[in-house]
Amino acid sequence: MNCIIIDDEQMAIAIIEDMILNTPELSLAGSFTNAIEAMKFLNQNEVDLIFLDIHMPAFTGIDFIQTIKNPPKIVLTTSDKDFAITAFEYDFIMDYLVKPLSIKRFKKAVQKTLSFNNTVPSNEIKPLEEETHNILYVNIDRRLIKIDIPSINIIESKGDYILIKTEKKNYTVHSTLKKIEDKLPESIFLKVHRSYVINFLKIIDIEGNSVLIEKDVIPISRSNRAELMKRLNFL
Amino acid sequence: MEEHPNLTQINKICGSNIDFRTKLISILKNELISEINTYQKNLSSKNYMECAENVHKLKHKISILGLEKSYELAVRFEEDLKNSNLKRKTDFDNILKSMLVFTAQL
Repeated sequence: MNCIIIDDEQMAIAIIEDMILNTPELSLAGSFTNAIEAMKFLNQNEVDLIFLDIHMPAFTGIDFIQTIKNPPKIVLTTSDKDFAITAFEYDFIMDYLVKPLSIKRFKKAVQKTLSFNNTVPSNEIKPLEEETHNILYVNIDRRLIKIDIPSINIIESKGDYILIKTEKKNYTVHSTLKKIEDKLPESIFLKVHRSYVINFLKIIDIEGNSVLIEKDVIPISRSNRAELMKRLNFL
Repeated sequence: MEEHPNLTQINKICGSNIDFRTKLISILKNELISEINTYQKNLSSKNYMECAENVHKLKHKISILGLEKSYELAVRFEEDLKNSNLKRKTDFDNILKSMLVFTAQL
């Protein structure tokens, strides 16, 4: 398999390059410290697998995934230990590796990709992980209630509780904003204020320092505004 | 913080490949200095969101030098910075200092 590395950190590139050199099934076609350069390369070269860092300045791995046409197989690399959810949102993402990478875990990701190639066409597979990672169970009055993550509009902090507003129903749960934020995919959920996490796919409009989601006007704090604006697809 | 930087992770990654170990340590030393400089520059300019990005990037080097507790502190400091909160700055800066001292001796 022809592969490339996209990572803004030279040390990470060096480690992955060495692991590729020690994996006979892989052949390194190039290493890139920014995703734009990699996209230019992909327009002219065929690549089977990308080792992609998620957290890069200006143009992130998520931006890359959302921009690229006909993506090859991708293995995400990240320094975030709680990144599993996002890893399974796209069926061309084979695995995710937490830095620092271990050769054992790296080989496992490669084997997973190879066996995926040999068995099932990518458009026919719907991994169990994808389904289960779209679901969140919350404890309310000693009952575990199932919530479909994409249906969540807003989560509001209310002292020792959080209010989860979904398309159909609202739930008050004894938890913190931080805890639930860690469980949600950061590709669609964003903290816009110390008391609010929003599903930014549900934004109707943005006016001044607030966003409208359904009928709720949510304040955007100054410190979170830049990140929100960065994630929006502007004309 | 009781823990100290070490080369356990690097040795594990490099195995018996001495040339690669040397290359990796050289990249680590250079990139660490450059990343810390960028972090300090953003901190002085109060660009806390960029600073959080810098801390995020430094987390890899913190964990590769075997600093598990420091990694956890960096995770929290990264979040704090997104809210312009500097309460963990001194602890974080001490981690960076210990990494610089350690890598300078390599």
